Amino acid sequence: MLDPKSLKYMKSHEWLSLDGDAGTVGISDHAQKEITDVVFIEPPKVGRTVKQGEPCCVVESVKAAFDIYAPVSGVITAVNADAVKDPAIVNASAFGKGWLFKLKASAPAEASKLMDAAAYDAFLNSEAAHGSH
Amino acid sequence: MSSSTAVRRTALYESHKLLGGKIVDFHGWELPVQYESVMKEHEATRNRCGLFDVSHMGQVFVTGPDALAFLQKVNANDISRIGPGKAIYSHLPNEKGGVVDDIIVSCLAKDRYLIVVNAATADKDFAWFQKHSKEMSVVLSNKSDAYGMIAVQGPKAAEIASLIAPSMAALPRFGALELELYGQPSFITRTGYTGEDGCEFIVPNEIVVRVWEDLLAQGRSLGAAPCGLGARDVLRLEAGYLLYGQDLDDDISTYEANYGWVVKLDKGDFIGKSVLAKQKAEGIKRKLTGIKLLERGVPRAGASVVIDGKEAGKLCSATYSPSLQAGIGTGYLDQPNLAPGTKCSVVLHGREIPAEIVKTPFFVSPNLKKGA
Repeated sequence: MLDPKSLKYMKSHEWLSLDGDAGTVGISDHAQKEITDVVFIEPPKVGRTVKQGEPCCVVESVKAAFDIYAPVSGVITAVNADAVKDPAIVNASAFGKGWLFKLKASAPAEASKLMDAAAYDAFLNSEAAHGSH
Repeated sequence: MSSSTAVRRTALYESHKLLGGKIVDFHGWELPVQYESVMKEHEATRNRCGLFDVSHMGQVFVTGPDALAFLQKVNANDISRIGPGKAIYSHLPNEKGGVVDDIIVSCLAKDRYLIVVNAATADKDFAWFQKHSKEMSVVLSNKSDAYGMIAVQGPKAAEIASLIAPSMAALPRFGALELELYGQPSFITRTGYTGEDGCEFIVPNEIVVRVWEDLLAQGRSLGAAPCGLGARDVLRLEAGYLLYGQDLDDDISTYEANYGWVVKLDKGDFIGKSVLAKQKAEGIKRKLTGIKLLERGVPRAGASVVIDGKEAGKLCSATYSPSLQAGIGTGYLDQPNLAPGTKCSVVLHGREIPAEIVKTPFFVSPNLKKGA
């Protein structure tokens, strides 16, 4: 499992782990709890070029579908076939075995626009304070 | 009469909050969509027992010498088939053959009946009943605000319900029991909307919390779980049950909804009979049809169903089915005689996902097959 403190986050609850230009993307523990039972993942196609903020993957619960946005621009290099086969992995291990896809970042500096763990925690607290969802 | 804008709460609202229920607005009622997980609540109901707050549903009492004649006039089903202590599912047709509501009628005595109506249609139904009971010797009484209702569903439901109401143990399927619970006049029917054995407690608001807490306390050791509207919707769709307002409305007929067994054309005259008789003789142009995805995916209401490259209709109810481990849905398709196994596709996120026509119900509980 990745250390949640080492990751970058989007307001739409995706996390990004970036090593040079090699990125791994998943959804936060908060997001998996909100979605609850993940029953289906429609992953992006390997080789697809995505822009930062572009919807490129769908995670679905029994009740609703959630778009997953690319945290940085790049080309999709891998998707998590285990999670596609058994989507409950996302609930069980949002920061580990439940990652969604990997990409080769075309502009890794874009990651500076994302939140670090402390900022994401503060964002979640402010969201809760506003009684969202 | 209630205001149409104010959000209403059942007597169990605080109980739902304490249990961690995620509250949503359901047709103007604040009810839990889930407590912990739709999947876990579905699993509890299919394998043990689920407790559902269905207090938003309405109760109308019909009494008087013409009670049966009145009910025969407004119902498509033959209410004379049930005597005291029995309940029956029925549709209320309008003059065009559409459906005012789908209901359960319980016969309490020869001249006294209890109708359970849907929440969103309770006021409409009552006005309909009043309009069509003029010059008949019946008294109609809308007690929707006075009663709460708890559905106890699943293979362990009868065992758990009997701990609160011992006389429930002998109640047959679609039996209706009038009894005192905690000193209050109450009703239990061996009915439900999950496709499992079970029963529904209809009790005065004053004791709803007590009945709920006792059922939960007795049920926990047998694996019972409180369940929200999310699980209820999946369970009812798997069982092939209609959701009024989504699958059925004033412009859709019982035959089109594939519920022809409800219409008893041989019982004498009733509202909408001539239109329904014509539909039966001439056939219908659209029919509520079950589809099952052949690949992974979760169909949603509103998705197009495509057959031979042409849209045949849209899904009105759809979900991931934990029992079938596949996406399922129902929709009005413009080809009413499609054979099960016919290939089609469902458009999801802009892609056509392979699917096939299947018979409904999608799922028949092995617990019910044993003959509860």
